[in-house]
Amino acid sequence: MSFEQVLQQIINGLMLGSIYISVAVAFTLTIGILNFLNFTIPALYMLAGMVGWSLSHYGFPFGLTGPINWGLALMIGVICAIFASLLVERFTYRYFKMKHGDATEHAIPLVSSLGFLLIFEYLILVAHGSDTRGFSTSFADLDWRFSGFIISIPQLLSLILSIFIVAGLSLLLNKTKIGRALRAIAENPDASNLMGIEVNKIVPIVFILTGFLCGISAAIFAINYHEVSPYMGDHVGTKAIAAMVIGGLGSVWGAIAGGLIVGLSETLSIYFFGASSAQITVWGLLLILLVFKPTGLFGHNAIGKGKF
Amino acid sequence: MSGYLSGVLAILGINIIFAYSIYITAATGQLNLGGAGFQAIGAYTCAILSNELGLPIALTLALSAVFGGIISLLISFPILRTKGVYMVLATFAIAEIVAGIILNSDYLGGPTGIVVNAYIETEVVLITAIVIVLLGFYLMSTRVGLAMRAVHDDEAVADLMGIHKRAIQVSAFTLGGAIAGLSGGLYALYFGFIEAQYFNANISIFVLLYVLIGGTQTAWGPLVGASFFTLIPEVLRIGDDWRFFIFGIIIVVMMIIRPEGIVTRDALERIWSQLFPRGKNV
Repeated sequence: MSFEQVLQQIINGLMLGSIYISVAVAFTLTIGILNFLNFTIPALYMLAGMVGWSLSHYGFPFGLTGPINWGLALMIGVICAIFASLLVERFTYRYFKMKHGDATEHAIPLVSSLGFLLIFEYLILVAHGSDTRGFSTSFADLDWRFSGFIISIPQLLSLILSIFIVAGLSLLLNKTKIGRALRAIAENPDASNLMGIEVNKIVPIVFILTGFLCGISAAIFAINYHEVSPYMGDHVGTKAIAAMVIGGLGSVWGAIAGGLIVGLSETLSIYFFGASSAQITVWGLLLILLVFKPTGLFGHNAIGKGKF
Repeated sequence: MSGYLSGVLAILGINIIFAYSIYITAATGQLNLGGAGFQAIGAYTCAILSNELGLPIALTLALSAVFGGIISLLISFPILRTKGVYMVLATFAIAEIVAGIILNSDYLGGPTGIVVNAYIETEVVLITAIVIVLLGFYLMSTRVGLAMRAVHDDEAVADLMGIHKRAIQVSAFTLGGAIAGLSGGLYALYFGFIEAQYFNANISIFVLLYVLIGGTQTAWGPLVGASFFTLIPEVLRIGDDWRFFIFGIIIVVMMIIRPEGIVTRDALERIWSQLFPRGKNV
């Protein structure tokens, strides 16, 4: 094993991490602002990819159109993920918020989101079966060979894109009026309601962002790896949860660091110890980190400590 | 008993035992999303002991519970440093690590799994399930059960009232791990074949859902939840994918109409007072 090979693995790890970043940011936003671990996120991710595939393969249902352009199909997939996310908001978060006041006292939204995870996942399984589907795009092989290293251009672009999206999000949270309202809700939902923030109008923004981030991430995955499957969300979802915890709950920049750390440790451990060792490395790292620093790398003390 | 019926009853028994293991931890306010990991520890302990050493069945079952308990006692100290979501994710991490270790170990059969030589009848599973259910009810009726409920409702106040919070949490976690190990041992002996892929995250999620939908307030919860979700799919008898789709819808609807679970303390008291009326007429 030469130095170059290891360096190539590091590049691959960072590229893989870029897929995890957006999903981890989606997780960390919901938990940071609403104190709600949204388990539908893997399903939203899968939904965007599978709807995109289905449209580019069959076209709209009931024979309305023939197969449509892959780019347009993926965009519609992202929009589907956003609408699905709003549906989850309507039936988990908003409903229980109205009925029980502070939802963090209950495990209810968490359990409901697990219910929605099953609904979306098995709906797609019923419709399309469990096979992995090839997703063909117009650019087949766009590798950039740079003094012996192979860097895939779509992957590089997606890494840059995810960092831009997250930077934009950070700007939104810190500089705009909506961001201030969101941070107020994160601090104390009841008090922010009293201060004239329309919680029921602001909270859906979190879910729109969640759907958007998952959808974009799934689209990037489909373009890079040329495949989608009904189980694609599970793998990315668990790794993104690990990334979020390593970065610290509620910290957007922590999610970026966590995503890259998880991607790196996954590829390096596969390279050095074989394919099935990644699971032990990633989760072992998380467990050790939690024991020594129970709030993750950049986590805030107050987030995620509430009772279920 | 027909083969089909005994198969369903055995799965029901194993699920009920597994649900009680998660329930006992949940009764102190800790969600364990790593149930499959502890079940896998029990199943593999049982398989190795009966295949390699040829120990009698009762001993292997007892040892799988003991081993599950020891492992969860050892990890409960670092795990219980974490709270809330972090604790849920730490238990999830443990299940992933256990599955990863099994997949990487040639001795434990790796991804191909191992065949268990010993075999038990359905009756053994059912009797064990009844014993565990009775144990659950007894535990919740003792002072320890009361202390567990107090820690569940408010940790700080329970601590102020002189309850050794940490001891209660550690012992509940350990007992939960031991019972999960026992359910794993029963699974290994009944089905005769175990593989790491079976003990996946879905199993942990489902068993947690049995408990939360059954209700964590009383010891009836896991019994009702596990029975409900094991028997409903058998009654529905439809394709596998539709089955889980309906399962998802039931969960969402259930959380809307009975957010504290099917069985709550209030509901039980209402039923109890209607069966044995007191007060006005007496």
